[in-house]
Amino acid sequence: MTNIVELMGAEKRYQGVHALQPLDLVLQQGEVLGLFGHNGAGKTTTIKLILGLIKASAGSVRVFGRDPTLSESRRERQQLGFLQENVSFYEQLTGLEVLRYFARLKGIPVSDCHRLLEQVGLKVAATRRVKTYSKGMRQRLGLAQALLGNPKLLLLDEPTVGLDPLATQDFYHRIAQLKEQGCTVVLCSHVLPGVEKYIDRAMIMGKGAVLAQGSLDSLRQQAELPLTLNVKGTDLQLPQDLQSRAITLADGVSLKLSLQEKMPVMQHMLAQAGVTDIDLHLPSLEDLYTHYTRSCVGHEMEGML
Amino acid sequence: MSPIITVAAKEFRDGLRNRWVLSIAVIFAVLAIGLAYFGSAAAGQVGFTSLSTTIISLASLAVFIIPLIALMLAYDGIVGEDESGTLLLLLTYPLSRWQLLCGKMLGHGAIMAFSTLVGFGSAALIMGLFAPNISWAELVVPFSLFIMSAILLGWIFIAFAYVISVSVTEKSKAAGLALIVWFLFVLVFDLGLLGVLVGTQGDVDAEVFPYLLLLNPTDIFRLVNITYFADQQLSGLMAISEHVRMSTTALLLSLLVWLSLPVILALALFNRRAL
Repeated sequence: MTNIVELMGAEKRYQGVHALQPLDLVLQQGEVLGLFGHNGAGKTTTIKLILGLIKASAGSVRVFGRDPTLSESRRERQQLGFLQENVSFYEQLTGLEVLRYFARLKGIPVSDCHRLLEQVGLKVAATRRVKTYSKGMRQRLGLAQALLGNPKLLLLDEPTVGLDPLATQDFYHRIAQLKEQGCTVVLCSHVLPGVEKYIDRAMIMGKGAVLAQGSLDSLRQQAELPLTLNVKGTDLQLPQDLQSRAITLADGVSLKLSLQEKMPVMQHMLAQAGVTDIDLHLPSLEDLYTHYTRSCVGHEMEGML
Repeated sequence: MSPIITVAAKEFRDGLRNRWVLSIAVIFAVLAIGLAYFGSAAAGQVGFTSLSTTIISLASLAVFIIPLIALMLAYDGIVGEDESGTLLLLLTYPLSRWQLLCGKMLGHGAIMAFSTLVGFGSAALIMGLFAPNISWAELVVPFSLFIMSAILLGWIFIAFAYVISVSVTEKSKAAGLALIVWFLFVLVFDLGLLGVLVGTQGDVDAEVFPYLLLLNPTDIFRLVNITYFADQQLSGLMAISEHVRMSTTALLLSLLVWLSLPVILALALFNRRAL
């Protein structure tokens, strides 16, 4: 099976400035990648390279097995869905007209537009002008646009901005469905709350370089972030070595543990009679993100001082 | 359907919807009928004046207003899409840059052509029906020529607007540049030419000087319409062309050359535009 996206040592320089350090990235069919990083981290440059909007200064970029900047690859774009940040569609047109325009340009039957608008929950507003849409509705129109023609590769930049929690959940379900159909998805964001369950891999970027790449589990192991154990109850006896690290709360203690300590300490605590409740927090994506980007941003701060 | 046609059709529908087509047509119709009916008011008469007077005064007014309308219509064609983010999106679709640009220019060109034809055409119709001193036979050719050259002039300035639109990154900058282009071609060039003529006391070769008018599409437009009425007394800058009579075909061809230059330039610049 060919790789959908294949970046080998791809880098981008603008007038000597390294917008993107040499980057390797391989995406297979049905994979969902979360691409995280702060502004200027190189996320957008990576996306633009994949889209063929810009040419790599060095290295190679292959999408569907072809160089996306070549004019022969233009037809492949039909299998590609994209939604960028801050797009404002033609205000004077209705949602349906906007979607029909994009469908025509993509060479897709315009009859699909009704169904897509219904799927993103814009059926009622379809004949209203985009001017009257709320931010969330605009975002959903953008999503409908990206989903035109059942793309095989979907690149979404900040897709959940402006969506309410319910619509965000709907959106993630959609992504899961598409993944099942074999669609490869790249979700690009600062941080996406609740996205952990839906991504196979995360790539964290900073200052144009990859800081960490892998599944969430492997990232957790690499980062060695402590997990938090909150124990409620009375007469709590802590193991000797943990007593100094425990933070006493009103109705119990809070402990920061390494992954290796987790099971022994849990067993120790569960054996105690006074324990009424145990709460375990694994490091979240946000914690991982903070961990990996802090060092990068930290250097920057030092440089400024 | 070809993406060029899709883009052009959207642009034309937008023009209908935001009343560009209607406004331009009404302005042109009112201008033409007004000049035809009140053209001789200065001489103390009201009523339809002669066809030649009407066309010649129409040409010298249209030469100001057509470039202005064309530039206003199209200056944000590309930079506007860029600012709203749709340009980036469109370029990820299966259409190439030249197709997008050609589609947009075609759409705006169609708006200009349609409204010019309807606006001036309806004026011609009214003159043909109601002016007692103008017959259909003498009306058709000069008015067709006038409408054709007016459309070409509009297209040229739409192409200029696109050259501006593809080379800047802010809409406001495009608007400013459009104003400068209008000022240069419509006012400064003629003033400069007159200045040279007066400054050299007419010492410039009379054979060469008329050709300098070909360097400005607005002057070519006026020449096309004025030279048709060869018996008319030419005034102002146009008088210097008397020494060299250029054929209408040659003048129309030079307008076509003027059209192709900015179109090619806009395409070349758009291909190099960074995203």
